[in-house]
Amino acid sequence: MSTAEPRTPVVEIRGLAKSYQRGGQSVAVLSGLDLDIFPGDFLALMGPSGSGKSTLLNLIAGIDKPDSGTLRVNGVDITRLSQSALAEWRAHHVGFIFQFYNLMPVLTALENVELPLLLADLGRRERRERAELTLSMVGLADRSSHYPSELSGGQQQRVAIARAIVTDPTLLVADEPTGDLDRVSAGEILNLMERLNTELGKTIIMVTHDQRAAEAAHSIVQLEKGAIERGAGAGR
Amino acid sequence: MFLRLVSRNTLRHKLRTALTLLGLLVAILAFGLLSTVVDAWYAGAEGASSTRLITRSSISLVFPLPITYRERLRQIDGVSTVTTSNWFGGVYVTPKNFFPQFAVDGETYFSLYPEFILDDAQYKAFMRDRKGAIVGRKLADRYGWQIGDTVPLRGTIYAGNWEFVVRGIYDGREAKTDTNQFIFHWQYLNETVKRQMPRRADTVGIYILGIDAPDRAAEISELVDAQFRNSLAETLTETEKSFQLGFVAMTEAIVVAIRIVSYLVIFIIMAVMANTMAMSARERLPEYATLKALGFQPWRVGGLVFGESVFMAMVGGALGIALTFPVAEAFGQAMGSLFPIFHVSTGTVLLQIACSVFVGLVAGVVPAVRAGNVRIADGLRAVA
Repeated sequence: MSTAEPRTPVVEIRGLAKSYQRGGQSVAVLSGLDLDIFPGDFLALMGPSGSGKSTLLNLIAGIDKPDSGTLRVNGVDITRLSQSALAEWRAHHVGFIFQFYNLMPVLTALENVELPLLLADLGRRERRERAELTLSMVGLADRSSHYPSELSGGQQQRVAIARAIVTDPTLLVADEPTGDLDRVSAGEILNLMERLNTELGKTIIMVTHDQRAAEAAHSIVQLEKGAIERGAGAGR
Repeated sequence: MFLRLVSRNTLRHKLRTALTLLGLLVAILAFGLLSTVVDAWYAGAEGASSTRLITRSSISLVFPLPITYRERLRQIDGVSTVTTSNWFGGVYVTPKNFFPQFAVDGETYFSLYPEFILDDAQYKAFMRDRKGAIVGRKLADRYGWQIGDTVPLRGTIYAGNWEFVVRGIYDGREAKTDTNQFIFHWQYLNETVKRQMPRRADTVGIYILGIDAPDRAAEISELVDAQFRNSLAETLTETEKSFQLGFVAMTEAIVVAIRIVSYLVIFIIMAVMANTMAMSARERLPEYATLKALGFQPWRVGGLVFGESVFMAMVGGALGIALTFPVAEAFGQAMGSLFPIFHVSTGTVLLQIACSVFVGLVAGVVPAVRAGNVRIADGLRAVA
């Protein structure tokens, strides 16, 4: 994603390539991809199945490594980080929102939100206060002691969003965040994400098949066979 | 939070956890019980005194020694007391009522066994009555014998019907003291034998020698055996512990078999537990992948599985250890006089704890490594 404005991209991707081994053959998923994402972007990655959008999201989030190319986040080339350093980097710089929420079923909503803070240098009380504050930001203060099984899908996804933002990460990555929700709940989640982007200035990268969800984003990158087919509106 | 996650994960599948805990409980209990059986096997040797030597026929224990040796034994340097004992082998009502019976020299015997606590008045009553007998507390309790009761025994080695009157009941100074014995006068035995089987009279099964210097045990034993070398009844003298271990050695194969079975039980539960942990870890791979995505290092994620495995093993082990005591007590009573001393030792409890920890550690290793090394993208995909 290029922009005419002389701003520094928060994510700078150059010549990114990734392939997988299937049946003894190497299948290229991404080939020489270039992309810039700027602070405060709300970017939707779209494309048919197998186009490489989830792979790209995983690479940006630092949960997978490319075969070649560079991927800088705030100037740090995360492709050069060791697995251990990458884990630490994720803990401080990435907030995840998954399609199926991925909450710990044995922890309450508040404990789930508090979970990433275990990796931060915070005291027990401060962790708890920050988790409570974040949970109230997503409108679930009254559900703090509820377990995921006691919450609706929309509520679970809001807990997941609270968990994603509680560490104030550089990037929020969302993989089909509305994919498992009904229309009303999906609308609420998209509104919440828009608020996080507009009010808190969060940089959001979202993979989606849902046109309505993509419309909530401020720019769309369309992937086709591992390459960017078209990008629009990035870098407001 | 980490510990909370471990404990809550443990209770996630209540039935599975309950069954695994039950398996652990039974395994640790069985291990403790079998170890206690092995301990009981060695109880005689454990209760042996270092100040007592046993002199018996060098050919075999079944060959008696002449009573005339007593005076010569008293003369040996280092021997302070000499007493005698004969295995009687009588049957009380039915053969299943087995308990050890010894014909002893009442005047000297009890001074060599200070671990037998006997009331002075009872001892005097015993000494006054040629048919008197002293019985251990456990034995008296088992058959409800009171002082003054007549106990009939049918002789197997010394034929005939014998009658004894309980004149005293001794207690043990320590838990390892055998209070399952029936002790009576050698004179009563010898007088009867003299009348019925004169050739077997004036003999004893073993001599028990009291020595003041345990560090001279080997030297004194050598002196004793040298005294009777080239005689009609050569002797073999050894410490009481060696003498008792000689009996254990006769049944060593059984002891080895029991030990093997006890460790086999632990091995089986380890396999069961490893399977449980592997199953749990496999089901939770998406959660572990999520934790790793959030930035948790592999060792922390693996630690969750490992912690759960050790936690479960410790809880199951603790329950098994707690149950070992009452079960061993009941088992000991059911075994009657077969195991006169049947106590769960500190060593057994420590072994049970070690086994529990070992099971937890080993069962958790592979699932923990697998959970820690899960590829995030693969683990997250498994959720869908």
